[in-house]
This record gives sequence, C-alpha cells and structure tokens, in this order.
Amino acid sequence: MLKRLLQSVRQYKKDSILAPLIVSGEVVLEVFMPWIMGKIIDHGINVGDMGYVTKMGIVLVICCVLSLACGALAGKYAASGSAGFARNLRQDMFYNVQNFSFFNIDKFSTASIVTRLTTDVTNLQNAYQMIIRTAVRSPFMLISSIVMAFTINAKAALVFLLAVPVLAIGLGLIITHAHPIFIRVFKTYDKLNRVVQENLYGIRVVKSFVREDYEEQKFKEVSRKIHDDFCKAERLLAFNGPLMQLCSYGCMLLISWVGARMIVLSGGTEMTTGDLTSLFTYVMQILMSLMMLSMILVMITMSKASAERIVEILEEAPTITNPEAPVTEVPDGSVEFSGVEFSYSDKSGKPCLRDVNLKIASGQTIGIIGGTGSAKSTLVQMIPRLYDVTKGEVRVGGRNVREYDLEVLRDSVAMVLQKNVLFSGTIKENLRWGNPDATDEELIHACELAQADGFIREFPDGYDTHIEQGGRNVSGGQKQRLCIARALLKKPKILILDDSTSAVDTRTDALIRKAFREEIPDTTKFIIAQRISSVEDADQIIVMNDGCVDAVGTHDTLLKTNEIYREVYTSQMKGGDEDGRS
Amino acid sequence: MAGPNRMPGGRGRMPAGMPGKGAKDAKKTFKRLLSYLFRFKVQFALVLVCIVFSSVAGVIGSVFLETLIDDYITPMLRENNTDFSGLIRALSTMALVYLIGMISTWLHNFLMVGISQGVQKRVRDEMFTHMQKLPLRYFDTHTHGELMSRYTNDTDTLRQMVSQSIPQVFSSAITIVSVLTAMIVTSIPMTLFVLLTVAVMMFVAGTIGGKSAKYFAKQQKSIGDVNGYIEEMIEGQKVIKVFCHEEKAKNDFDKLNDELCTNATQANKFANILMPIMGNLGHLQYALIAIFGGFLAVNGISGLELGGIVAFLQLSKTFNMPVTQIAQQVNAVVMALAGAERIFDLLDEEPEPDEGYVTLVNAEYREGELTEADHRTGLWAWKHPHGDGTITYTPMQGDVRFFDVDFGYVEEKIVLHNISLYAEPGQKVAFVGATGAGKTTITNLINRFYDIADGKIRYDDININKIKKSDLRRSLGVVLQDVNLFTGTVMDNIRYGRLDATDEECIAAAKLANAHGFIEMLPDGYQTVLEGDGSGLSQGQRQLISIARAAVADPPVMILDEATSSIDTRTEALVQKGMDGLMKGRTVFVIAHRLSTVQNSDVIMVLDHGHIIEKGSHDELIAQRGNYYRLYTGAFELE
Repeated sequence: MLKRLLQSVRQYKKDSILAPLIVSGEVVLEVFMPWIMGKIIDHGINVGDMGYVTKMGIVLVICCVLSLACGALAGKYAASGSAGFARNLRQDMFYNVQNFSFFNIDKFSTASIVTRLTTDVTNLQNAYQMIIRTAVRSPFMLISSIVMAFTINAKAALVFLLAVPVLAIGLGLIITHAHPIFIRVFKTYDKLNRVVQENLYGIRVVKSFVREDYEEQKFKEVSRKIHDDFCKAERLLAFNGPLMQLCSYGCMLLISWVGARMIVLSGGTEMTTGDLTSLFTYVMQILMSLMMLSMILVMITMSKASAERIVEILEEAPTITNPEAPVTEVPDGSVEFSGVEFSYSDKSGKPCLRDVNLKIASGQTIGIIGGTGSAKSTLVQMIPRLYDVTKGEVRVGGRNVREYDLEVLRDSVAMVLQKNVLFSGTIKENLRWGNPDATDEELIHACELAQADGFIREFPDGYDTHIEQGGRNVSGGQKQRLCIARALLKKPKILILDDSTSAVDTRTDALIRKAFREEIPDTTKFIIAQRISSVEDADQIIVMNDGCVDAVGTHDTLLKTNEIYREVYTSQMKGGDEDGRS
Repeated sequence: MAGPNRMPGGRGRMPAGMPGKGAKDAKKTFKRLLSYLFRFKVQFALVLVCIVFSSVAGVIGSVFLETLIDDYITPMLRENNTDFSGLIRALSTMALVYLIGMISTWLHNFLMVGISQGVQKRVRDEMFTHMQKLPLRYFDTHTHGELMSRYTNDTDTLRQMVSQSIPQVFSSAITIVSVLTAMIVTSIPMTLFVLLTVAVMMFVAGTIGGKSAKYFAKQQKSIGDVNGYIEEMIEGQKVIKVFCHEEKAKNDFDKLNDELCTNATQANKFANILMPIMGNLGHLQYALIAIFGGFLAVNGISGLELGGIVAFLQLSKTFNMPVTQIAQQVNAVVMALAGAERIFDLLDEEPEPDEGYVTLVNAEYREGELTEADHRTGLWAWKHPHGDGTITYTPMQGDVRFFDVDFGYVEEKIVLHNISLYAEPGQKVAFVGATGAGKTTITNLINRFYDIADGKIRYDDININKIKKSDLRRSLGVVLQDVNLFTGTVMDNIRYGRLDATDEECIAAAKLANAHGFIEMLPDGYQTVLEGDGSGLSQGQRQLISIARAAVADPPVMILDEATSSIDTRTEALVQKGMDGLMKGRTVFVIAHRLSTVQNSDVIMVLDHGHIIEKGSHDELIAQRGNYYRLYTGAFELE
C-alpha cells in the first residue's frame, strides 16, 4: 500500500526529501542554542564579562537567523511537498477513474468515489505534511537532546532514563485505550451526518408522515452516543497534560536536587549553574519530542483508513482495455449477437442476459420493448462494449467488438443513456461533446433532427444559454432532446436511444423518428421504449423478457404471435391510443 | 493529541467556515454562547479556579530555577555550605506546588471535556429539534451542504473554542499578568524592552497569520471548485465514457487541481513558517535581553543585578508562550464566532406556525353518536373543541374544497391563480398539466407545506388553518415525486408509514404495492439494509417501496404525486388495482404525466400556468375536444 502511495510523490520528491533534511539543520541549531544560552549565563553574565555576552549573543543571533531560515524553508518545502503529493494523488485517481469501465464505475458508488478524491486525500495530505515535518525532527531532536544532556553532565542526565519510560508507558496506555474509542466515534459521526443528510433530503417525507419526533429521537440517540464516547475518550486524554507535567516537574526536581548537590559538593567544578539551566531546557525538549512522536503515531493510524480507500481506487484495474493492434475503422452499422450471455457480477446466479442471438442489418430501425428489469438496457450496452459479454460474441460491422479500438468503436456507436447528464456550460458546449469541431450549422442541423432547435431558439440566449449542473434548468423532455442532438453530432453508424424520449410527447417523438428515417437512413437505430407507439413502425421489434429475447418481429406479426407484446399493447390502448408519457 | 481535532468524517463536501470571516455581531454572539456555558456554572467556575492554580504553579515553576540558583546554590557555593536541609525544604515546597498544579490541570481537562461536549451536544440537539419545526420554505432557500456544515464544521469549531480557546486565553491572560508583575518588580526598563520585542513578535505573527488566512480562504474556494468538478464528472462518468471524453475531462481537471495545489502550498507555507519564526524570534529576544541587560548591569544603570538578568531571561521565555498562544487563538475565536452565528441564525428562524386546534381522532359510532375511540377503527373524526368548553366530533370524510386560492412561493411571483376546486368524499381527483403548471403546488397547499396567499381551503368544511398541522398531515398519505428512502431495512422503510405496524401489515402493504415480489428476491428479503437512499434499487423499485410505505399508513386521504412514473405500464395497472381497493370510499388525489394513469379518475383537472383550464371526467373532457383532448391525441406537448 505504502509503495503505491509513494509512487504519487514524483516531481515533489525533492521537496519531500529537502523538508526533513532542512528540519534536521533546524534541530541541530535548536539543540545547540540552549547550550549557548547556558554559556552566556555562566561565563558572561555571572562573571560580568560583557564582551563574552556580546560575542556569544551574536553567535546566538546568527544561530537564530540560520534556524529561522531552516525552519521557514522546511515549512515551505513541507507545504509544497504535501500539497503536491495531494495533487498527484488526486490526479492519479481521477485519471484512473477515467479509465474505468462501466463495471468498475458500478462497483464504487458515485458518493464514495467523490469522498475518496476529496476528504480522504485531504486527510492524507495532512498526515504526509506532519510526517515529513516531524517524523525526522522528533526522533532527531530526542537523540540530540539526550546526547547534549549527557555531554553536559552524564550523572544528572541519568534522571531522564527514569522519566522516559514513565512517559512512554503512560502515553502508550492512554493512546491504546483512547484510539479504539475515537475510531468508533468517527463511525458514529458518519452516522450522525447521514441522519441529518437523509432528513434534509427527505424533509417532505418526514413532514408528510409527521415523523419529526421520530427523527428527533433517532438523531438524539446518535448524538448522545457521540457525546458519551467522546467524553470517555477525551477524559482519557485529560491525563496527557498531567502526565507530561509529572515527568517534566519530576525531572526538574530531581535534576535540581542532583545538580545542586553536585555543584555545591564539587565547588562548581563538576557542574555549573549554567549547565543546570541548559539541562532544564533539554528536559523539556526531550519530553516534547516524545509527545510529538506519540502524536505522529496517532495521526498515522488515523489516516490509514483513508490511505486504504485511496489505494483501492488507484489499484482498481479497468476491466475493459484496448486490444493490441486494434481495428481502427468500423465498416458499417450491422450488429450481430451470437450466443450472448452476461452477468453483472461474477457471483453465481442467473445471468442478466441469456442466450441472445440476433442479426441486424446496417440501416435498420430496431425497437426494443419489455418490462422493468427485463435487461433491455443491458442488451444494448454490449454494442459499444460498455460491458464485455460473459459468453458468446457481439459483432459490429462483421467484427467482434473486442477487436476495435475503443474510441473508434464508441464514436461509431452513439448511445443516449437512460440516466443522461448534461454538464454545466452553454448548450453549444454541451452539444460539442459529440463533436468538438462541429460548425454552428452542424449543431443546428442536429438539433433540428432532434426537434430541439425550436425550444432552444425560444431561450433568450439561444444556443448560448447556460445549462446548470445536471441540466436542472431545462425540462425533462428538453434535456432528452438535447442529449439526442449531442449523440447525433457524432455522425454515428449506430445510434442507440435507451428510453430517451420518455418525457417527450408522442407527436414530437414521432417527428424525431421521422427525421431519423429521412435524414439518417444508413444509420442503424436502436430504440428502447415503454410505449408501443415509439416502436411500432420499426423494421424489427425485439421483445425482452427476464433477460431473454422473447420474440423478434414486426408490429403486426408480434401482435398476432406474442403474448407479452399483446399485453403491453392492450394495457396502453385501454381506452385510447396515446399517452402523455410512458 | 490529534484525536478530537480531526474533522468528523462523512461526506466532507460541505463548505468549511472561511477563516478570517468574522461574525456580524461578535459581542452578542459571544454573550449568547456564554449562556450555554453557564448551564455548567459550577463546573465552569471550578475550571477557572483550576486554571488559576495551574498557571500560578507554572509561573512559580519557571522562576524556581532562579530561586534555586540565587537563594541556594550560589550562597552555598560561596559559603561552602553543605547543609542541604534548606534545599530539601524548598524542593518539597516545589513538589507540593507542582502536585497542586498537576491536579488542577487534570481536573480542568476532565471538567472541560464534560462542558465542551455537553455544549456541543446541546447545540446540536437544539439545532436538529428546531430544524424539524422549520417550514419547507427554509429548506428551499438553503442548500443541504450549507445546513450540513452547521452540524459538522460549525459545531466542531464551537466546541474547540469552548474547550481550548476560552480556557487558553484565560490561562494565558493570568500567566501574562503574573509574569508581567514579576518583571516589573525586577526591572522597569527591562520590562519595557521585553514588551517592545513582544510587540514586534505580535506584529510578525499577525502579518503572517493574515497572509495565511487569505490563502486559506483561497484554498477553500479551490477545494470547492475541485470538489464540484469531481462531483459533476463522476456523476456523469458514464456519459464521459460513451462520448470518449476522458482526455478533455483530465485536462480540465488538471487545471483546477494545479490551482488548488498552488493555493494549498501558499496557505500551508505561511501556516508552517509561523511557528519556527515565533520560536526563533524568542531565541533572538533572549540574546538581545542578555546583551541589553548585561549592558545595563555592567554600566550600573537602573540598579539591575546579574541575578535579575537571569530571572529576566527565564521570565521572558515564560512570557512569550502565552502571547503566542493568544495570537494563535484570535483567529480560532473569530472563526468559531462566525460559526456560532450561523448556528444561532438557524435557531432564530421562525418555526412553522401551527395555530390549529382541531385534531384527528379514531372514532366509532356508539348508540348512533360519533365518539372518540382509543383504537384504530378505520373511522376518523375531527375533534373540534369550542370556546365554551364543549367538544364536537365531525366525521372525517375527505371533502376538500379550494375557494379562489392564490399562491406564490415568493410573494412577487404568483404561481396559482384563482384556483377553485372540490373533491368530494370518495372521489379520485386527478391533476394533469405541463411541468410547472402547478400540480404539485396544489397538493403542497392541502397538507400546508406552504400557506396560501389568498382565498381559503376547507377540509370537511373546516378551515384547514384551524386543523393542527400534524393531524392534518396524518390524515393525508403522500407518495411524492422524488422518492426518499432512509438507511435501514426494507421493513423499517415501509414501517415508516406507521410505526406500530406489525411485520404482517408491512408485508401486506408491500403486496398491495406489488413490491413483495422483488423484495423477496433481495439478498435478505425484507431485512435487506438499504443504504444511500436505496441506491441499489431501480427507480421503479424505489417507487414501489414508497407506495407500500404510504399504504401501510392506511390514511383517510391519499395524494399520489407521479407515484408510478418509473414503473412499466403492466406493473402500474396492478399497483393501481391494489390502491383502488385500499382507498375505496376514500378521497385520492393523483398527479400524473401519463394519461393512462388518470383516465379512470372521477374528476380530471387540467392545469396550465397556474390556472385550471378544464375540469371534468375523462369522457366529458374528450367530448369537449379541448386541451385535454389535444393532449390525449398527442398534439400538445407535456413537459
């Protein structure tokens, strides 16, 4: 896992290495300075040697400036290194998501991919910065301070050896007890957020069913749990400060005693008062670095979960990749399914598509009809190889779809998805997704075919009208027609409409089909629909039922021979021929 | 320890409180915040006492070294005295002081946990309780992200302020005052010198802090941009694949990502260099004090002695720390107050008014008279208390009438004009019309999600304003256009309609809604846990569950708002049959795009731009050859 993450450091390797290196310089100086301060007191102020004070004072100032420079530089490199690392992580994840197949996308939910790309990366960025700034600093500081302390006076410094294990064991105990509680609290926190979020989304449901009190109870229960757990964990942490004090105060008292005795008994030869002052400073430094080390430990364990979630995305291998030596031209729009079987998951169970054999000539119009869950969408998604068949073969233009270059194949097979999306930007920008080089005339022509030109012109800004994220500011029917126009701009050999005119009224629906027939006769057209009127004039109608092709035929033959088709037909014809929407 | 400061998990997509963006009326907000603290009066007073003890112990500790050197070691060294009893006494005293300090620190921390968590919980709970009472208008005008961030970011910064900033500022202030006193007593010129250097340090800290805050705000905006882009692209990932748009998406993403990287680097850079700068300025100050003090002492100016300088060096170190701390806390306090203000804004929102007093009760006929029953009878009555203390019971029939109703979501823009309609008990009333014609709006008025601007609505001849809102809504089962399910089992979701429904009743409702079949096919059947709004289910399946949820409530009146729009026509017919059976003799309002859904209604109202343009049964409307007829024949667009 670590290896995979470190691969994302790349061009920020320099910053990531320089930061801890420079920090070491800072540490050396920081360790050195208390020693100078001790000297100033001993040999300068205490003996009234102003020259010495000034001299050492200047040395101290130089050290300060150097240390300041080191600190600032290290801070800068740590910032750029960690921000850069986060940038690369986001980039790597986003790029890999772009390579995902539909299968990969289905595996992660949208919300979970977004959280991984945002919150988790931020968590890791903070941890990374902390690590490159302090992971070297703290142990280094610890060791140098101990060395310095022993250099000054080995005997007095022995006191540390007493304090260190006390602090280490104390901190260890606190962390090991508090950490699992924190992990639990964060999970509960997620739950709290979820309750609030669901409440916000479903506020109409809550109010309709008069469930305010029920929701309140649910919320308060989670809220109380967080409160109790947090209190428990933080009360453990409350021992941190006193523990720190116990050790530092204890050390000071002991050093005072030992030091004072030594100074007095030796008549100031074995140890000086300046030494004592310095020792005091080192006590603090040592204890502080121990404290920092324990914090790093906590930080690392906490960001572990985020790291795991990120690596999951990074290591997710796209299930559909380009073949070697791909075919770069789709000859025509003929489609053939032979013995196709497909399941969404590897788990055993009934496959979604079974035993599909179809042969469709280039330029035909194919209607597909069937109940909810009959695998209509699944069937057509095999054609642009959005999913790979589990068994059998799908051929486009006489060749297995697996032989084509993916981009070539998908440019030749335009698909209007059922759950379609427009992106924020102008109508023109959205249309140009189909063909970035399309001229304005081509855009307008495509919109005319999709019966979208009329309403677009009615917008005050016409083709430059801004579409909001997700296309919220256009109606369902308008959105569908824009999506059809967008697909038409690809000038595809095969066009697939997956229930793409459901919000369009029947008359406009008929006009679109008429335009298709007249303007793009050579394009093979697949039309999935709920209403019979959308498919009845197709060359062939495929009736899907529970993952199998139930029947193939024209409207008239199916009415005579197919039970399901007839049933759908009568359910819609009962009392009239037309639906506003179906 | 990093623990409590970590941002609570969850979506993390909420806009964080902008640093440096202050509260409008900080004083008032702060006062109100204190009122929360004062609920923990005793504890808080104790905490303050503890802070005094531990700060004083700290100050005594920092001057102890000097005392040790000046009063014990140096004289003993000078006199060659090896009697340590005095030293032992001093050390024992110190040990006692330290012990008191330690206990105070612990007690302070311990009590503070209870206070800060208590305040946070209280604020959180009050917010949620209050939010439940707010009118829908409020939810229309605030984004979810905005509201969510009050529960996460704002309460968290608030807690941090209570648990860290306030005590720290208090203890820093005490330390500063006591150290300052000690300094003044030792030497006034030296004190002035120290203050001067501290002023410089404060200035530097302020400048860097300001820069850092500026870039943090920028970073926050960049994060928002990147997150927004990621969300939009991932949402449309399948479209990207279909259009081979991956490279373009990558390029656009890189631009935003690079910008974020730049701003994040700047923001963190300034934050990172603050501490080394402050620390080293402290060292620099040390050197300067030594030189300046030495100069004063050697030249005998202002009677400063050598011991005094050592004391000063020690004191200045103790002085810097609280000053830096206060400087750091200022930003935190400003941020927390801004958050607190957002929280209080929510708490100050006017709740949904409910002046109603007519309630809905189960009823039964006893000796020919309608009386209240204590169990479910399938019969309901409006309990109408009068001013003279008498109570009358009116049978609940589901007779809904609108008289000249006008309504607009915003005052300036009326979306319903002069609506008059009547639904007689037991009728099935349908609304048909284009998107935005006002169909859903009418049903929103019946259950009083919104209040009308003009006209009146009567329910069983009672002005609906007189009916208690909760009872009014309880009488109306609603299946909404957008299905919302809650995390929990399928069974829990169905039971949401009526909390005391038995498993059997829930299953019966599911069967009625034609949902039983697919629910049985789910991995754990009715016990399958739905997550993220039932994202594993198809839109049609979610609709079926929401119909079952309304069916189990068994309401006297039902509103179906596009309830079957994603269900295929065959299944819809089955669902409709079930619902018709359940609602026999009760009033049903139906909104649908699909005309086949509404054909068998008793009355169909055709709406256009907030007006009822036609009304009548299917056959009547067809015979009229008006708009409905044109819709029906497909010559008219429905959107």
